[in-house]
Amino acid sequence: MTAAGTATSPVPADGAFVVTLDRYAGPLDLLLHLIRREEIDIWDIPIARIADQFLRAMHALGLDEAAEYLEMAARLLRIKAQLLLPRRGDDLAWEDPRHELVRRLLEYQQVREIAEWLDGAARGRASRFARGFVPPAPDTPPPPLEFTIEELLEAVQRVLSMMPDPVIHRVVPRPLDVEAATTRLIETLGSRERFGWREVLGPSPTTVDVLSSLVALLELARSGWLRLAQSRPFTPFVISRGPAYQTT
Amino acid sequence: MDQRTRLLEAALFAAPRPLALDELSALDAEATDADWLGAIQELREHYDHEGHGVELVEIAGGYQVLTRQAFAEAIERAAFSSRPVRLSTAALEVLAIISYRQPVGRAEVEEIRGVSSAGVLRLLQERGLIEVSGRSEGLGRPLLYATTPQFLEYLGLGDLADLPRSDELTIALAPPLADG
Repeated sequence: MTAAGTATSPVPADGAFVVTLDRYAGPLDLLLHLIRREEIDIWDIPIARIADQFLRAMHALGLDEAAEYLEMAARLLRIKAQLLLPRRGDDLAWEDPRHELVRRLLEYQQVREIAEWLDGAARGRASRFARGFVPPAPDTPPPPLEFTIEELLEAVQRVLSMMPDPVIHRVVPRPLDVEAATTRLIETLGSRERFGWREVLGPSPTTVDVLSSLVALLELARSGWLRLAQSRPFTPFVISRGPAYQTT
Repeated sequence: MDQRTRLLEAALFAAPRPLALDELSALDAEATDADWLGAIQELREHYDHEGHGVELVEIAGGYQVLTRQAFAEAIERAAFSSRPVRLSTAALEVLAIISYRQPVGRAEVEEIRGVSSAGVLRLLQERGLIEVSGRSEGLGRPLLYATTPQFLEYLGLGDLADLPRSDELTIALAPPLADG
């Protein structure tokens, strides 16, 4: 990301904050500018001097925190350090640490030159007008469909035949039948003083039967018709007549 | 002028964009490409030698009649037409890299420019000057960008070969002979 002080900055859709510099298109541009200003031979860059100038320019332009400029500053300082290392005069394997930088600078310089050429070409084109302004043709709407109802039904049939047989679930409403469960409980209480919870349910109770009976039991226990007792948690409870029990 | 040359002139006048040679055959099935090239030549010379305010230009792989540069300022001042917005330096740099290295991925563009270029790439794509032309085989299969016919039209170029060759640029990438 290019960052700098003065320029206006559109915020792109992805939220990244991009700031474009008025004067320099990046660290390579700034470096080339310094090299040109100092009339330096690009093949023999005095790294120590140019690194100082680069840092000073960064500071003056308020680029102290721009990552790309910091990276270039670090690169310059590393090259400066490498050049300070002692080496033997006849060391053939030694490679000038400035080489890669010079290659990139020249490559960038070439890009700049092409960019200027493109700008000139675009300006040349822009000053020659084509005949009048012709609005671009709108996307033509699809032609209206023409078919008979038979054709449509056939098409539907074709689509349906490709589908696997649908599995149709029938949803049956099953409300809790608390009333019936209450009647059954009261009847049982009438014939027996104590009985177990399981005896209230039939031989093969459904979920709805169990729930209905439970609600009926709790309701009757609350109104005192019956008493619920349990010897330990989670053991089957025993139902007996409560204080409000009346024979009907 | 030849009858076919007049037909060509009428077609170029009517068309809202440059017309390619193979599109011209729809005007007259009997005419060959050579016939059309002859007509193009005749019309171009007609405009050039008889003092016309327009010229026949080869652009974006086709042909178009454009007003002459000399009249741009007057036409613009009179607000009959206006020039398109110029591209920023950053956009031109990215275009320069893509036009010479296409198809090329974002990483290479950023490596050469030394700055992140995602926003500029998006802008150029929105303006129709570049397009995604495929994916690299490399790690992560990054998108590759290439220029579009609108790029040529924007610059007034016939095709990519009209870009300056690298030996025409003042900077050559070869190191000096004295080196090493």
